[in-house]
Amino acid sequence: MSTTDASLGDAVARQPHGQGPGTAGVPPSWWWRALRWMGEANLAVVTFLAVVFGLFVGAILIVVTNSATLHAWGNFGSAPGHALNVTFSTLGGAYGALFCGSIFSPSAVGHAVSTGSGWTAAFTPISETLVSATPLILAGTGVALGFATGVFNIGGQGQVIAGALAATYVGFGVHLPIGIHLPLVVLAGAAGGAVAGFIPGILKARTGAHEVIVTIMLNYIFLYLLDYLLTTSPLQQPGQSNAISQTVPTTARLPHLFGSSLRVNLGLIIALAVAAGASWFMRRSTLGFEFKVIGANPSAGKTAGMDARRATVLVLTISGALVGLAGMSTLAGTDFFIASGYGGGNGFNAITVALLGRNRPIGVVLGSLLFAALSTGGRYMQATTSIPLDLTSVIQAVIVFLVATPALVREIFRLREAGAGKILLFTKGWGG
Amino acid sequence: MKLELTGITKAFGPLVACDGVDLTVEEGEIHCLLGENGAGKTTLMNVLFGLWHADAGEIRLDGKPVRFADPGDAVRRGIGMVHQHFMLVPVFSVTENIVLGFEPVRRFGFLDRAKARADISALSREFGLDVDPDALVENLPVGAQQRVEILKALIRDAHVLILDEPTAVLTPQETDGLFKVIRSLARSGRSVLFITHKLKEVLAVADRITVMRLGKVVGHTTPTGTSEAELATMMVGRSVELVVSKQEANPGPPVLELEDLSVQDARGLTVVDHVSLAVRSGEIVALAGVQGNGQTELAEAITGLRPITSGSVRLAGQDLTNATPRQALRAGIANIPEDRQVDGLVLSMPIRDNLVLDVYDQEPYARFGARDLARVREDGERKLTEFDIRATSADLPVATLSGGNQQKVVVARELSRPVRVLVASQPTRGLDVGSIEYVHHRIIEERDRGAAVLVASSELDEVLALGDRIAVMYRGRIVGVVPPTTSRERIGLMMAGVEMAVAEEQP
Repeated sequence: MSTTDASLGDAVARQPHGQGPGTAGVPPSWWWRALRWMGEANLAVVTFLAVVFGLFVGAILIVVTNSATLHAWGNFGSAPGHALNVTFSTLGGAYGALFCGSIFSPSAVGHAVSTGSGWTAAFTPISETLVSATPLILAGTGVALGFATGVFNIGGQGQVIAGALAATYVGFGVHLPIGIHLPLVVLAGAAGGAVAGFIPGILKARTGAHEVIVTIMLNYIFLYLLDYLLTTSPLQQPGQSNAISQTVPTTARLPHLFGSSLRVNLGLIIALAVAAGASWFMRRSTLGFEFKVIGANPSAGKTAGMDARRATVLVLTISGALVGLAGMSTLAGTDFFIASGYGGGNGFNAITVALLGRNRPIGVVLGSLLFAALSTGGRYMQATTSIPLDLTSVIQAVIVFLVATPALVREIFRLREAGAGKILLFTKGWGG
Repeated sequence: MKLELTGITKAFGPLVACDGVDLTVEEGEIHCLLGENGAGKTTLMNVLFGLWHADAGEIRLDGKPVRFADPGDAVRRGIGMVHQHFMLVPVFSVTENIVLGFEPVRRFGFLDRAKARADISALSREFGLDVDPDALVENLPVGAQQRVEILKALIRDAHVLILDEPTAVLTPQETDGLFKVIRSLARSGRSVLFITHKLKEVLAVADRITVMRLGKVVGHTTPTGTSEAELATMMVGRSVELVVSKQEANPGPPVLELEDLSVQDARGLTVVDHVSLAVRSGEIVALAGVQGNGQTELAEAITGLRPITSGSVRLAGQDLTNATPRQALRAGIANIPEDRQVDGLVLSMPIRDNLVLDVYDQEPYARFGARDLARVREDGERKLTEFDIRATSADLPVATLSGGNQQKVVVARELSRPVRVLVASQPTRGLDVGSIEYVHHRIIEERDRGAAVLVASSELDEVLALGDRIAVMYRGRIVGVVPPTTSRERIGLMMAGVEMAVAEEQP
């Protein structure tokens, strides 16, 4: 960092401890410490700046791919004010649509407040965001549990399919009152994912087969297994030539939380409960501690008497079970039947939100909400402006890229290095 | 070539590893750089070798200021370095290793093996560096590998040779051989910079001595003008006990009994070969031997970390052959592993968690599968004081501690269980003198409390200081068990594989 580059991090860093505003010897005030904290490359700051930078890259793409703004910039010499105007209105329109489509639209809320009706329309965007976030939270927590313990579960796709498949069979195959049927469907989803996670777990423990390879290969196995089963008579919807499954009855569906027209459902509560449980598990349980030790240094764990092989099998099984719940949550929450390639996107995005959430359940919840908001808002943006949905994928990719490379964010924004242990490089332990 | 370092300063963040260091090595001089781990010796050498750049200060060769961009640059200017960990390709021959990166070539870029061999033979003869140029490096003993490293530097025409802790891996006899080589190098007009923390060697080989402590030079002296005690005081900054004081052992019945124990490594080679040994309550058996002669594997077999192919391990009659590590430690075996950073600690985790790595799931640290974090924290803080671990808080990651304090964390954890057998492998490797004293005292305390103690060490000083009996291992076998009054020479011969009876005949 050269001394001519003045920056926030630099300016704050140049002030020695306790010698900022005020006199030496006086402990630094809370706002001074807050300012220091913000100039430091810690988790929250890096993630926030990654989002800011992602939106910035998106803005550039909008400007250079929009004919109106390009035209205006072409005439920048004669009408500079116009170029800026067009740019700001285009960006405002795009990001405004992104917000309205994912959180709420001020006009719709205003309409609802003044007329007393139309509340459903006002809450639809946020409901849709929560619906999209639900499977991401579940699968992301599952994947994060593995990552936090040094196990790279890349098999989200296969485990989502396994969970959804098991839940579908139990959903249409048995007939019970909802109070029994629904819990069984939920458990089936977890069990399906658990089996899909147990396979790479036992293979790794017994033979040393690397879970990354095995889980990726299992993705294909479950993908094509689903395709095959969808052509068999018990699963395929009768009277259909399309390869789609039977529909599950209402007793196997997750009830809506706020009336029939908002799709947000019990799955969200399950997802938040799972995230909270996982958080407790990792921080407080003896098994979670064992997993963390084995993940960080299996040799030390073994020397201290832990069973690394058992831990490997358990981590992958539990991780798979949570990812399986994600497949169940979309099946029983919004879709009610499955088709070829079901839920694969959630399986992969789970890896992304786990990364974004730094493998912590609370982080996964926030990351899932951000990703879900970008997706649902992006669809609205595509519908109301000429900007394609793919733009949000670019923004998501930039965010993840930067979160995975904290050193790059530190360089871009010229932050000070965070204290020891505050930031962990995500890719640590990949070679395991 | 005369080497002068003046005012070398190198800082890593707030840590000043070298602080205005002055050092002059005259032509043809053997200069010893003495200091504890962390005194800044290695940093200084890395600056000299062009691996790091000094923040301030100057390097002069024969009076001319130089600046090395990288190690290649330093080599071209006549600096040679033999690292503590050898940089050799095991599957290459001696000749190939020596000329690697510096190959004499014939026309069209063909390797000129004949010239390479001739050059190497000439150098070997000149300095008494005896190696077979056609042997594969992986088949050579450590001492010979070191000679290959020295030849590597010489063939690149090194006039200043840096040896970083060269004796750590050698038997006493091999060390004597190395000293002869060093002296002949000095006679030929080359300058040798010998880095070590072993006082005896400094006095044996040095022309002049520079002592470093905490990044600063604390004194220059010569072997005739000083003594071991004085050097130790300079190095540590206070007077130290060079010999551990301990009472006569008062052994009870055998507690740890190894019978005909054999262990194989991952490649199926026998690394522990029919070892029988009994360690009695209240005694320390020191396992002597050059590194890599099966001591590590024997310790791992006792603690359940390595499968036993034949024979048995018994603890006070209870069979622990092929027990799991957990069964072994719950039966009362405490284990101080050889590599604390790999096997002993989870560096990224807090001190307090590392202190309960073995009992995290037991009361009072956990109940019904939930950890009692308050209890773990409280206990951690208490153990900082109890075991003299220098840290401001037990919440800090172990990685932030010095090597000595890291080892104290391991010792604290292992000795917090009821101990009937203590197995310690290289318990003081890489530690500062203060921590060595501390660890030795703790080990003797356990003995006096009635534990059966087995200490594996490749440091002869440690073996002689701690052992009530000394078992010498060579190629997986115990070649003899001798009392600690045995001469260093005899133990040295046994470490080189000479049977006890034969060793006894030596003067």
